Amino acid sequence: MAHARGMVVVGAGEAGTRAALCLRERGYAGRVTLVGDEVHPPYERPPLSKGAGAADALPELKAISTREQLAAANIEFLHSARAAAIDPAEGTVRLPNGTVLFYDKLLLGTGAAPRRLPMADAARHCAYFRTYDDAVAIRRRLGPGSRVAIIGAGFIGLELAASARERGATVTVIEAQPRILTRGVPAEIAAVLHARHEEAGIEILCGEGVTGITEDAETVRLALTSGRTVAADIAVIGIGATPVTGLAEAAGLAIDNGIAVDDALRTSDPHIFAAGDCCSFPLALYGGRRVRLEAWRNAQQQGALAARNMLGAGEAYAAVPWFWSDQHGLGLQVAGLPDEGCCIVRRDLGGALVLFHLSADGRLVAASGIGPGHAVARDVRVTEMLIAGRAAPPAGDLARPEVKLKSLLAR
Amino acid sequence: MAEWVQACGESDVDPEDVIRFDHDGRTFAVYRSPEGEFFATDGLCTHEKVHLADGLVMDETIECPKHNGRFDYKSGQAMGAPVCVNLKTYPVKREGGQVLIEI
Repeated sequence: MAHARGMVVVGAGEAGTRAALCLRERGYAGRVTLVGDEVHPPYERPPLSKGAGAADALPELKAISTREQLAAANIEFLHSARAAAIDPAEGTVRLPNGTVLFYDKLLLGTGAAPRRLPMADAARHCAYFRTYDDAVAIRRRLGPGSRVAIIGAGFIGLELAASARERGATVTVIEAQPRILTRGVPAEIAAVLHARHEEAGIEILCGEGVTGITEDAETVRLALTSGRTVAADIAVIGIGATPVTGLAEAAGLAIDNGIAVDDALRTSDPHIFAAGDCCSFPLALYGGRRVRLEAWRNAQQQGALAARNMLGAGEAYAAVPWFWSDQHGLGLQVAGLPDEGCCIVRRDLGGALVLFHLSADGRLVAASGIGPGHAVARDVRVTEMLIAGRAAPPAGDLARPEVKLKSLLAR
Repeated sequence: MAEWVQACGESDVDPEDVIRFDHDGRTFAVYRSPEGEFFATDGLCTHEKVHLADGLVMDETIECPKHNGRFDYKSGQAMGAPVCVNLKTYPVKREGGQVLIEI
């Protein structure tokens, strides 16, 4: 019997949902099925860890697309469904309840999952942060007078620290590295943020590992390498994330720090694509270096591109990596890959700071900035365009705030 | 009732740029096109209430500094994900070196 094949998207996060919507925007008329493992309609993750709505009882669930909008776009949304297996030879995805979906093209947007801290596995007062339900569970335990320990001074940990402090909690952040944000953020920018956290009354302990976790009915106690103990009502573990690749691995797809895709986001199976946090891909701008990004805009843009390529567009992904974070009213943005640079040019905006990262041959490879609100947004955005154009602007122009970066773009 | 209010001087906005203008508890964005014409819209992005004046003007579009949603600032038209709600625009006139908007 012939089955009606269509487009199947596994993962209803940013990448998967944008892809499903984009298939319709591009006029695809066949069946589109979006499979999500959470009960909620697809929602935006960035607001969950950030300070917005600190006065509200529960975090806001900001839908990417409501159930009604998905239905209106004729996208079949299956919630609470974790795909069990892919059969690439048959072109099928099987769900745990026995449902079998037949695909022409399949997109995997399975995302990433918090890296586990094994010693916390049996702990009741330890939590991870990824989903809306995680945010609700943590939010319920935050308030004036509550004590929060955060393990890991990455973006999730620091954003949570800032929003917990805004809610009146006592916050201690524990980081094994000698400074916060060692991954992808230059030391000078991290130092600005570190100082702001301390000014807000947050204690940050760098160079401290957690050697043991003990609990009683009310309290979790973290033993640190220095011998100190931190007691808290809840400990949130934010030590990074790992790509969710089990389904792809079982289907025999190539894995390389995530589901390996080519520049068109195609996996080692030509009918299966991957997008967002779960995949690693080559960046032509950086000599084909393979990267995996955990970033909202990357997920959104890759979702849309994967959809176009599922329809045969054959486009290469060429976006410049970009992410942002908001903490205590400071906005941080990074475009490009700072670790590709060998020297830094500073642009002091008076209260805000942008660093340009240049390669040995003077090419702009990244910009990172921090300042109140969106003070650095425009400069970082223009730098992104300069990077995309492989520009090597004069360092003197970059350093002088009165020179509009836009004037350095080739028009 | 609509009224004309003085938003800024002509020289306060560079060509192909934008500034923020607050009035009576409301916030607006005033643009100058590459050709030197002035335009005005609501000041906040329709996606997440971010000040558009911190964003980037390229030709006839303003790009939100937060999520890069783009609008045609002449018509207010939203130009694709993540923005889907158009920006409200306001009539603009110039008088004696000043830029006025009707709000």
